[in-house]
Amino acid sequence: MSQATLRIQKMSGHAGSVPGEDTQRGLTVCKLIDTTTCIGCKACEVACMEWNDLPFGETVFDNTYQTMPETRWNYWNLILFNEHVREDDGSLMWLMRKNQCMHCAEPGCLAACPADGAIVQYTNGIVDFQQANCIGCGYCITGCPFDIPKMNPKTNRVFKCTLCSDRVTEGLEPACIKSCPTGCLHFGTKEDMLYLGGTRAKQLQEHSNYPKAGVYDPQGVGGTGVIYVLHDASQPELYGGLPANPHVPWTVKLWKGPLKWLGNVAMVGGLIGLFVHYLRFGPKDRDEADTNAGGAKS
Amino acid sequence: MNPTRRDFLKLTTIGGAAAAVFGFDLKPAYAQLRALKIARASETRSTCPYCAVGCGTIIYTIGDRAKNVTAQVVHVEGDPDHPTNRGTLCPKGASLQQEIMNDRRLLKPLVRRPGGTDWEDISWDQALAEIAAKVKKTRDDTFVEKDAAGRTVNRLESVAWIGGCTDTNEFNYLVVKSMRALGVVHLENQARV
Amino acid sequence: MTNGWVDMKNTDMMLIMGGNPAENHPCGFKWPVEAKRTRNAKIISVDPRFTRTSAVADLFCQIRAGTDIAFLGGVIRYAIENNRIAKDYLVNYTNAAFIVKNGFKLPEDGLFSGFDAKTQLYDKSTWNYTGGDASGKAAPEAHVAAPAANGAPPPPATLPEKVSYDFTLQNPDCVFQLLKKHYSRYTPEMVERITGIPKEQFLKAADLFTSIRKDGDMKKVATIIYAVGWTQHTFGTQIIRTAAMLQLLLGNVGRAGGGVNALRGHSNIQGATDMAGIFDNLPGYLKVPTPADTSFEGWMKRITPTPSKPAPWDSFNYWGNTPKFATSYLKALYGDAATKQNGWAFDYLPKVDRNYSWGQLWDDMYNGNVKGMLAFGMNGVAIGPDSKKNIDALKKADWLVVGEIYPDETSEFWRSPGITQDEMKQIQTTVYRLPCAGFAEKDGSFTNSARWLIWKNTALPTPGDCRLDQAIVAQIFLKVRELYKKDGGKFPDAILNLTWNYSVPSNPPLAEVLKEVNGKALADLEDPTTKQQIKAGQQLPGFAWLKDDGTTSCGNWIYSGSFTEAGNQTARRDPSDPSNMGVHPGWGWSWPANRRVLYNRASCDVDGKPWDASRKQVWWNEGSQKWVGNDVPDFKVDSKPKDHMGPFIMNPEGVGRVFAPLGAFAEGPFPEHYEPIESPIENPLHPEQSHNPVVKRFKTPDDKYATPKDGYAVVCTTYRLTELYHYWTKNNPMNVQLVPEPFIEISAEMAQEMGITGGEKIKVSSIRGTYIAKAMVTKRIKAMQIDGKKVYQIGIPIHQGYRGIKEDEDKDARTLVNLLTPTVFDPNAYTPEFKGFLVKVEKA
Repeated sequence: MSQATLRIQKMSGHAGSVPGEDTQRGLTVCKLIDTTTCIGCKACEVACMEWNDLPFGETVFDNTYQTMPETRWNYWNLILFNEHVREDDGSLMWLMRKNQCMHCAEPGCLAACPADGAIVQYTNGIVDFQQANCIGCGYCITGCPFDIPKMNPKTNRVFKCTLCSDRVTEGLEPACIKSCPTGCLHFGTKEDMLYLGGTRAKQLQEHSNYPKAGVYDPQGVGGTGVIYVLHDASQPELYGGLPANPHVPWTVKLWKGPLKWLGNVAMVGGLIGLFVHYLRFGPKDRDEADTNAGGAKS
Repeated sequence: MNPTRRDFLKLTTIGGAAAAVFGFDLKPAYAQLRALKIARASETRSTCPYCAVGCGTIIYTIGDRAKNVTAQVVHVEGDPDHPTNRGTLCPKGASLQQEIMNDRRLLKPLVRRPGGTDWEDISWDQALAEIAAKVKKTRDDTFVEKDAAGRTVNRLESVAWIGGCTDTNEFNYLVVKSMRALGVVHLENQARV
Repeated sequence: MTNGWVDMKNTDMMLIMGGNPAENHPCGFKWPVEAKRTRNAKIISVDPRFTRTSAVADLFCQIRAGTDIAFLGGVIRYAIENNRIAKDYLVNYTNAAFIVKNGFKLPEDGLFSGFDAKTQLYDKSTWNYTGGDASGKAAPEAHVAAPAANGAPPPPATLPEKVSYDFTLQNPDCVFQLLKKHYSRYTPEMVERITGIPKEQFLKAADLFTSIRKDGDMKKVATIIYAVGWTQHTFGTQIIRTAAMLQLLLGNVGRAGGGVNALRGHSNIQGATDMAGIFDNLPGYLKVPTPADTSFEGWMKRITPTPSKPAPWDSFNYWGNTPKFATSYLKALYGDAATKQNGWAFDYLPKVDRNYSWGQLWDDMYNGNVKGMLAFGMNGVAIGPDSKKNIDALKKADWLVVGEIYPDETSEFWRSPGITQDEMKQIQTTVYRLPCAGFAEKDGSFTNSARWLIWKNTALPTPGDCRLDQAIVAQIFLKVRELYKKDGGKFPDAILNLTWNYSVPSNPPLAEVLKEVNGKALADLEDPTTKQQIKAGQQLPGFAWLKDDGTTSCGNWIYSGSFTEAGNQTARRDPSDPSNMGVHPGWGWSWPANRRVLYNRASCDVDGKPWDASRKQVWWNEGSQKWVGNDVPDFKVDSKPKDHMGPFIMNPEGVGRVFAPLGAFAEGPFPEHYEPIESPIENPLHPEQSHNPVVKRFKTPDDKYATPKDGYAVVCTTYRLTELYHYWTKNNPMNVQLVPEPFIEISAEMAQEMGITGGEKIKVSSIRGTYIAKAMVTKRIKAMQIDGKKVYQIGIPIHQGYRGIKEDEDKDARTLVNLLTPTVFDPNAYTPEFKGFLVKVEKA
């Protein structure tokens, strides 16, 4: 499993076959996040920041325990806090969900990315950004149904959780997983995590007051490399807007489907990237807000 | 802890290594994995200084403890063998690297003189000599050998010790031993508060 | 903790109250979560606000801060009324059957028998058992303490050697009947009036918690988990006692997954307590000598208990060994200078007959009686309570020595917010600030909350001009000693004769110190039974070897066994757990004697069989005629079950105390609900005696206490957040990023009433000071109905101050939350009240 990152099965903006496709019998890795035992302690946030040596940013108080409104290019792992009053018995719930890249089996970011090799998917399922190849078009941001990739406005490179591909490659679990005090985070093969998650959901249905507990593994993106156990799987939106049916935007599907020939014949992905960037953002605004400063309230 | 692991970790960059191992060449530009930052670091077992769960930690210092290296802590991670925390750490424990390597650390003795409005530098020797003289003078001025009823009490009520929460047992023992020898009875620490 | 962190995985039921482990002990909290996951265990969270612990609890009750005894008393009543008690356990392992002395009165009016209104003290002589004969019948009073002819006070009352009893628990004067009567007043209606928890909600909690004893089944186990939310009240010790009594009633003490578990808040305050860095103990919980102890023998006679029990029972009375512990301690301190002739240098020990604890210490300094202070790793100004008083006290001191690793509030009290340059020039205190070593730069052992001593290693040298803390203390002491050697002075003997035989005296290697703490033989020793021999100079295997004849030395008897001839036991790193019960006997070393669960004899029935065969801890082995098990038996290993030795071997009774006799506690043998010193209501149980009658109030101008009549009617509590650590991590950018600003948690209802929204600044004032921060408006705190009155409750995290990353950037004017808190403390443990006081809240 650990070696699997050495093989690439999908690659953005790549003309022709992908070198690592079909070369390896690999198991898909997966993070299981049991929101019912998450205590919102943010150990995963710090472990991520510490391991990845992410530069510090400013934050401001925003009437919540949540560190910041959304993930940033230099903050890849964020617990979302939501106070919720149950409809059935009026009791209060404090929902906490660790938000980060979901490592989709069919990644919208990768599909949308026109730059050759800027986004890759290893045979173990990790979706990784290669900033050296990134052209800063930001189309991956549009392509992501979970609103995860963020651009560093200074360098115009996009960043997100790597699932600690450097650690996983060497046989270690991701930093967030290792740190998690309650064990609400678990790491293993997708198959094993689905089993664990399913067992936990069943336990919650039978022994706790959560008859609608279930596992979140959305099929609209081919399933994800990060799956959740939710107290109420019928209402994922309660957990900081987790989409009930995420899917790759139709524009991206169009781009990668009927119009794929366009990409294949394109000489330089960057040109398209520039074009797309222009379409999306218009002319470069020099005063573009630095998401690293001033709290970036949503 | 696992030296063989480190040998293996040399293979961290996909480019050349992958080509060598797997026989095909991914251009480095395609997938450049970050090297494992603790691959060659020295590991020291320690205990988190914060709460009384007492999580086992592993402190990763750069270098191999060779004489010519100034150690830097590059990473702190939970000790997976420790029965209590089993490798986990909380947000405070996970930030210990910044607690150790912190540019706000105090690095030299300072003194604030009576009526002073700022700190002044002082040498260790001078500071220790002045402190010892003050302890002795205060003790000699106020030591109580007998109480009002004439009973031996041998106590020093005018000097207080307040100790911290992250002092080792051995340090605490030395403090209690030396302070009680001086007769100190205002002896307190974090345990009460 | 009676049990341990990992042991919590063995539980079926958790009452988490007065603590918030999900936030303050996240990595320990994995074991409660494990119990939920693997055993379907339940968590009941009772807290003034809905916390991150509550978020994963099965039931949450919002309680008014400081009313825990009312809640727990109500649960005791519920358990008795519904027969959810462990009858066999109660009769055999507690003093429930003991007959209480004639003249003892329950506090229907708020006062137990013996209160003297003038001195505000109790005469506790009626808080005792009745002496009995062999059959348990009351015996005539053998000796009534008569006033001595010379006018000296009568000798203090003692426990009777043989106690009168009624094993049927029917005698109206037996402990059980008195307990039942005492808590009969704590009805669900009364609980609701006091705590603000609606009756139905309370009944749900009481039913759920006691459900483990449904139909008398003894297999299941419940644990109670608490922290400083209980200790930091003017009746904190009594809250914990109520919990212990409830656990005894349900038969949960001594059992895997049970017990009463204090989650200590700092890495080594368990060790600091064990090592007696406090005025009223010597290492290993030996009581300090008083001036009335005029000789070593007199001291020993006073502090060494004798058994007190029903005649048919046996009591190990382990504290009967006190003279061995004390003699060996004095030998460790004074070596050859401690002789039998000089009472083992007894005169060298300072004698204590008044309070010198935290609150008193600052008061004494304020009043000019403490002239100098050494503060190492201890930010006394920030910690409070009543930070202004502490700052004002330091202004009056001659000198202050601070050992720290970061700039802190205490060392910079002279330029705390509000002090002008002119005022600064008036402050005559000399302050030395010495740069110390961080945890990674030192070795040595910490004792975790589960009593495990774990050795840590040095990872890197100290930066800059920093020195190791132990080196600094050694250097100060040796310098002082040098001055006394050279110039003489007051009573130099205790200083000059102190042993200091470390290989580097100015920087004692900590392993050598731990060896001294463990103790060694000073002469050749032989165990009379096993014939095992120990040569003079060898490390002792454990405290069973300690002698009262000067042939052993030991710096702390409970740590004896930590560094034996086999080496440093605290450095052991065998993670295995053969029983899978979370014992991990080879990881570090736990006191006492590497036992992991205290009182574990009580995990078996009277015949020595485990109550639950699936959670076997120790048991009686008929074949070897010994107690054996997965843990080290906390018992006399060859005491046969039929001898009926009590499992609580540290009590002279040998059994657990449902009724705490004589001087055990300052305010009574049974805990009674008293209102915090600052409370929104008069005590519904007895308005005429609203507060704890034996609490001391201080009298400096900084000591002020408010009532609702003064305009302070909002209940305020203080606490930590999981993201920050006390006043320490405000120096760490990672943690500061997580919680960049101080805040105050208030209910949505209160915010609406005040017309404020989240993020707006509000001003909280107590009669002592004010604190301004942004409001966090939340559904997690609700307005409460207290005795028919609407009461708001707010909460403030404590972590900011006037030195820190944000503070130094001057991004926000920072003051200390403890400007609000009162100097008033628990009369047993002398812990200040940080958790419940009155404030008013305004727009800032």
